[in-house]
Amino acid sequence: MTTRDWLLEDSPTSRWQANVGRAYRVFTALLRNPLSVLGGVIILVLLLTAILAPWLAPYSATGQDLANRLAPPSGEHWMGTDELGRDIFSRVIWGSQITLTIVGLVALISAPLGLLVGAVSGYFGGWTDRILMGFTDIFLSMPKLILALAFVAALGPGINNAIIAIAITSWPAYARIARAETLTIRNAEFIAAVRLQGASPLRVIVRHVLPLCTSSMIIRVTLDMAGVILTAAGLGFIGLGAQPPLPEWGAMISRGRTFILDQWWVATMPGFAIIIVSLGFCFLGDGLRDVLDPKSEGK
Amino acid sequence: MSAIRLSNLDISYGDTKVVHGVSLDVSEGESFALVGESGSGKSTILRAIAGLAPDWTGEIAVLGALRSHGIERAVARQVQMVFQDPYGSLHPRKTIDAVLSEPLDINGIGNQGERVEAMLAAVGLDQRFRFRFPHQLSGGQRQRVAIARALMLGPKVLLLDEPTSALDVSVQAEILNLLKRLRREQGLTYLLVTHNLPVVSFLCDRLAVMRHGRVVEVADVGLLKRGQLAEPYSRELLAATEGRAGVIA
Amino acid sequence: MAPMLEVKNLRVSFPTHRGRVEVVKGISFDLGRERLGIVGESGSGKSLTGRSILKLIRKPGLVTADKMAFDGIDLRTQSEKQMRAIRGARISMVMQDPKFSLNPVMTVGEQIAEALVAHEKLPRREMNERILAMLEAVRINDPKRVAGLYPHEVSGGMGQRVMIAMMLIPEPELLIADEPTSALDVSVQAQVLDIIDDLVTRKGMGLILISHDLNLVSRYCDRILVMNSGVVVEECAAGELERAQHPYTRGLLAAMPTIDETRDELPVLDRTQWAGT
Repeated sequence: MTTRDWLLEDSPTSRWQANVGRAYRVFTALLRNPLSVLGGVIILVLLLTAILAPWLAPYSATGQDLANRLAPPSGEHWMGTDELGRDIFSRVIWGSQITLTIVGLVALISAPLGLLVGAVSGYFGGWTDRILMGFTDIFLSMPKLILALAFVAALGPGINNAIIAIAITSWPAYARIARAETLTIRNAEFIAAVRLQGASPLRVIVRHVLPLCTSSMIIRVTLDMAGVILTAAGLGFIGLGAQPPLPEWGAMISRGRTFILDQWWVATMPGFAIIIVSLGFCFLGDGLRDVLDPKSEGK
Repeated sequence: MSAIRLSNLDISYGDTKVVHGVSLDVSEGESFALVGESGSGKSTILRAIAGLAPDWTGEIAVLGALRSHGIERAVARQVQMVFQDPYGSLHPRKTIDAVLSEPLDINGIGNQGERVEAMLAAVGLDQRFRFRFPHQLSGGQRQRVAIARALMLGPKVLLLDEPTSALDVSVQAEILNLLKRLRREQGLTYLLVTHNLPVVSFLCDRLAVMRHGRVVEVADVGLLKRGQLAEPYSRELLAATEGRAGVIA
Repeated sequence: MAPMLEVKNLRVSFPTHRGRVEVVKGISFDLGRERLGIVGESGSGKSLTGRSILKLIRKPGLVTADKMAFDGIDLRTQSEKQMRAIRGARISMVMQDPKFSLNPVMTVGEQIAEALVAHEKLPRREMNERILAMLEAVRINDPKRVAGLYPHEVSGGMGQRVMIAMMLIPEPELLIADEPTSALDVSVQAQVLDIIDDLVTRKGMGLILISHDLNLVSRYCDRILVMNSGVVVEECAAGELERAQHPYTRGLLAAMPTIDETRDELPVLDRTQWAGT
C-alpha cells in the first residue's frame, strides 16, 4: 500500500489517519488551482529567503559604500544601490525577515484574540455579547491606519510597537466573523447534543465551535496579510515603523522617494517586493477559500 | 416508578407560550409517543425535559427526581436525546470515533476505545466506520451514530425527536427495528415525538395527541390500531393518515 | 396522437474525482394528458429526471438523451432563451419547500402577477381578477387579504398553495411537482394534493408527481415509475401497485409500518439483491 492509498483510505484505522487524510485531500484540491499554487510558491520563496538571508545576500544590509551611492542596477548590484551606497538587493532579502516577522506576529496575536472574543460573544449572547461587541465596534469604527498611527505615536516608533499597533487594529474584524459563524453554529443540533452530555460552555466553545470557525479565519487572515504588509510599509514610510538602518521595505520606499525621478530603482525595487508578496497572500487566500469552505465539503 | 412525570407544565419561547398546562406520566420501561402537527408543542416538551428549553414553569420529574431548568451532568447520564436531522446532528469535522468518545471524555469515563467499539456493534455499524467523517456516511448510518452517541452514557430514558422522518422508507424500517431491539435489550424508556401514526403503532405502547400546545387525548396504542381514538381531533389525524395509506392497506 | 412528452434513454452524469458518475442511467417514458408518478428513495435520480426535462441541471452536470421532445419541440436543442419561454408558460415546476421558492420581499399577489406578466400582457384590472380567481382556485378563502401578505406571514400549507397558484396561472400544459408536500403536515398534504389533482384533471394537463411516498403517488397518479439508483425498476398502473413484481418495490411496500401494525420486526431491503448500492 502506498502512502497515497493510506491517505485516501475510505475507512481509516485511527483518528490520526483520518485527520491526515482530510488534510491531504484539502492539499490536493489546493494543487488543482494554478493561482493558489503560484501564491503558495511565492510564500514559500519568502520563507526560504527569510531563513537563508545570511547566505543569499551578496552584501551586508547596512554596510555603506559612499563612493558607489545611487548606482543603477548592474551585474554587481542587481537592484542598484541607495543613497548611502548600500546594495538594495541585499536589503530586500534581509527585509523579508522583517516582513515575515510582522505578518507572523500580527496573525499570531490578532487571529486567536478575535476568534476567542467573537466565539464567546456569539455563544453566550445577551450582555456578554453587547459589551464585547460594543468594544469591538469602537475599534472597527476608526480607520485602521489612523488607529495604528495613534497607537504607535503613543507607544513610540519602532518595529515592535508597529506590530502591536497593527495587531490591536486587526482583531475586531476577526471577532465579527467569528461571532457571525458562532451564531449559526450555536443552535446546531450537534452543539445541543454535546451540551446534553454535560459539556461545559468552555469545552463547547473550544472543542466544538472554534474548529468550525478556524477555516474561515485562516482564509480571512491570509487575505488580510497583504493589508498588514501594506500597513506596516505605510508606518515605515512615514517613519513610525521600523527605524533606520533596518531594511524594512516601506521605510526603503520612503527613503527612495526623494530620488524617484532620477534614480527610480531605489523606491521601485522594495515596492516590487511588497506587491509580489501581497499578491502571493491574496492568491493563496483565494485558493484556500475555495478549498476550505465548509459548504463545498463532502462533494 | 415513573420515568418522566410532567405536571402543569407551561413552556415559553420569549414572550409566546407554546405549551399550556401539560401533565403526563410515562412509566419506566414504557414507550410513549407525543403526536401532533407542527406547532403543537410536542418537540418543545422534549427540549424542556432535556434542558434545552429552560423557560418553563410547573414540574418535570425524571426517574423520581425533580429537574432543574438547566443542563445537569447527573441528568445527562439518565436522559439523552436523538434529533430529527441526521445531517445536522453530527459535527462535520469530527470522526465518528471522536463523536462517540466525547460523552465519555466529558464525564470522565475511561476505557473509551472498547466502549466505542462495543457501541458501534450494538447499533449495527461496522468497525470500519469508526474513523470516518459524517459526510462519508449515509443518512441512516448517521442516525445510527446519533443513537449510539445518545446511548454512550448508558441512559435509562431516550428522548426521540422525529428520529426517522428525514429518512427513506427502507432506512426508516432499519432504524425502527434498531430502536425496538435496543429498547428490549437495554430496558430503555422511550418518549417519541412524531407526526407519523404508523410509526407509533409499531414502536409505542401509549400515545398523547397534542394540539396548539395542549394534550387532547392520552390513549393506549391498541385503540389507535383499532381506530377507536375518542377525541374528534385525534380521529381527524387518523383519517388524514388512513386516507393516504388507504389505497394500499 | 403523439404523446405530449417523450423521453428516451435519458442520462445525467456528474464528474467526481473518480471520473464521471452516472446518476440517471438511461430511462425512457412517454406522457400523455395523464398523471405520472415517479417514486424512489433519495439518490434514485427521480428529482434529476424532473429537472432535466426543464433543462435545470447546471454544469458540470451533463444531460444526454436519444430523444426528449415536448409537444414536438426537441428540448435537447433549445437554447436557454427558448427554454425560458417554455418554463412556466408550458411546463411548470412546484418544488419541495415554499420557504425557499418564494421571494421574501414581494407580496404573494405581486409574485403571482410576476409569473403571469412574464408570459402574457394583460390590462391591470383583468390581471388582478385572474390572480384572485387563481387564489380561489387553490382554495384560499380570503384571496384579497392573502394577495397582500408577505411569504413569512403565511403558513407552510398556504405557502405551498400560493406556489401552485403561481405555477398554474400561466396555464401550462404540464406540471412537474417535485415532493410538493413533504414539508407539510399530513392533514395539509392531502388538501394540497387534492387541489393539484383537481386543477390538473379539470384543465386536462399532464402531471409528473415526484415523491418518495408510494402511498401518496399511488393515490394521486394513473401510472407509476419506480426508480432505484438511476434506473426504472418497475412500471405499473397505480391501482396495481400491490401486485408489483420487482423485489425492490415489494421491499419498499413491506418496509412501511401500518396503522394496525402487528409485526414485531419490519422487513428490511436486501440491497445486494439488485443493481446499485
